[in-house]
Amino acid sequence: MTAVTISLPEQIANLRRIAPEIVLCIFGMIVMIVDPFVKPASRRALGWLAFAGTLVALASVHVAAAEMGFAYSRLISTDNFSIFVHVIVIVAAGLAILGSIDYLDREGIQRGEYYALVLFATAGMGILAGANELITAFIGLEMSSISSYILCGFRRKAKESNEAAMKYFLLGSFATAFFLYGIAMIYGSTGTTFIDAAKAELERQLAANGHFPALAILGLGLIFVGLGFKVVAAPFQVYAPDVYEGAPSPVTALLASAPKAATFALMIRIFYVSFHSAGDIWFWVIWISAVLTMFIGNLGALVQTNVKRMLAYSSIAHAGYILVAFAASTELGIAAVLFYLAAYVLMKVGAFLVVTHVGQEGEKRLNLQDYAGLGMKQPALAACFSLFLLALLGLPATGGFLGKFFAFQGALDSARAHGGWVVALVIIAAVNSVIGAYYYVRVIVAMYFWPQSSDYTPTRVAPALVVALFIAAIGTLYLGIVPGRVHSLAESAAHSLPLQSAGSNGPSNAIVIAPPQNAR
Amino acid sequence: MIVPVSYYLVLSGVLFGLGVVAFIFKRNVITIFMSIELMLNAVNLAFVAFARAHRQLDGLVFVFFVIVVAAAEAAVGLAIVIMMAQNRESLNVERVDQLKF
Repeated sequence: MTAVTISLPEQIANLRRIAPEIVLCIFGMIVMIVDPFVKPASRRALGWLAFAGTLVALASVHVAAAEMGFAYSRLISTDNFSIFVHVIVIVAAGLAILGSIDYLDREGIQRGEYYALVLFATAGMGILAGANELITAFIGLEMSSISSYILCGFRRKAKESNEAAMKYFLLGSFATAFFLYGIAMIYGSTGTTFIDAAKAELERQLAANGHFPALAILGLGLIFVGLGFKVVAAPFQVYAPDVYEGAPSPVTALLASAPKAATFALMIRIFYVSFHSAGDIWFWVIWISAVLTMFIGNLGALVQTNVKRMLAYSSIAHAGYILVAFAASTELGIAAVLFYLAAYVLMKVGAFLVVTHVGQEGEKRLNLQDYAGLGMKQPALAACFSLFLLALLGLPATGGFLGKFFAFQGALDSARAHGGWVVALVIIAAVNSVIGAYYYVRVIVAMYFWPQSSDYTPTRVAPALVVALFIAAIGTLYLGIVPGRVHSLAESAAHSLPLQSAGSNGPSNAIVIAPPQNAR
Repeated sequence: MIVPVSYYLVLSGVLFGLGVVAFIFKRNVITIFMSIELMLNAVNLAFVAFARAHRQLDGLVFVFFVIVVAAAEAAVGLAIVIMMAQNRESLNVERVDQLKF
């Protein structure tokens, strides 16, 4: 065994490649250290400190982007793909923090650890986006999950918040165990936990034996269970409506957006890179899951009278649309997934932040009836909400429309490889978009045409929330009207993944135990 | 005498399956939590067995990470359970049913 020595320049390059995570963790720790010294009345300053942290992290993405390559003996891959997802995740976290500052005051739970947990969760998602190795991915996944469990239960006195935390914790850990067992199976069949090295090894075995190792396919299935839970793909979506409804609204905004983006990034790395040659097998898994996810999400949302729960079901439906693009198994498909995620995160965070405000103290006002007449009382807020709902519905000139457009285009483009089934999938997705129109438009109708409910006295929208809604709205419109730049970034991100068999097996990172003991 | 690796894998599969079954059918939140720990230990066993089969240390290193993360998860999980016990005075998950369709 040779000692691994890393030169100082290489060490610095490594640090630069994970700069966003370092910044997020440092700010998270600063928030926690400062917290006890701040008077309870001025704790909201910690929120601004955390927001500054996300801004610095966003700036530090440039530092990482200037230093592309593998960090820490190939554990982390800093490529265009990882950079793109980092930006999505950090923007979502920043908007959620802006929406939290006044929410926490309103609910009387203004504490520093809330912001610290958001930052740590974001750092975990960043690791997830860049992981080139499954142990690293597991650590990233758990960093984000464990922080989210606590955030879900942050309204300690509220029973529904307790319930959300408990359900999310139990089912989340359950899914994690499946994910881990899947990693064990892949490790067993390939002898490596590196995503790119597993690809080479699986292709070698495929060429040598003529078929895929069954253990690896079993592992992929288990990983799909674990990650399908995190991206709320059916049939692992059961927890999502309960958790999203019970969690504090700004936390829901974060949960419904950022982890989904980061987990889809990891899924792309595992499915597209490691299991590229098994595309014909996992295509069907994704196909069935996509159809189920879309129908369950849309039909579930149809019957909801609680707007927050309706949006939770809508986020299930959107996971289905993303899976449609995912099924394409081409570079175009990856670009479509990334663009969709960018658009989705902005509109979803925006929509949940509106729910945060309208909910008022104790989150009591979540029903459709409570939105009646909002268009007259708070025109700007209602206009924002309408924009987000129309974007979720997929109206042209919003990011949601182009997201769907690229997703369906990406899927259709792969029709040559997968035949008519992909066309059928796109048709099902289009039908689902139409079903979706009903429940989104219903909320808009309620806001503008229903008689005002008498007991609602509108409260002023806090400046921080205004800023967050403004950014989300501008972003949604920007992606809908001038998508070129972001889409070309998504394309170059997709291009930076080692999809084709490069033939470079790379150095084996396995630490071999010296002489084989107990020779049989 | 050497125990073949496949024996360990079967044992690990059985433990994992028991964990899944217990997770689904048990009603006490602490018992459900323990069944998750059982599943994680099944994973650890699989890793050790595979590490042995491949004659590598990677799998053994993974086990440490799983143990550490399981400990962190237990800390958070028990805190959530305590919170629930304070608010509801029950550990039965069937009584946690405020949020539903």
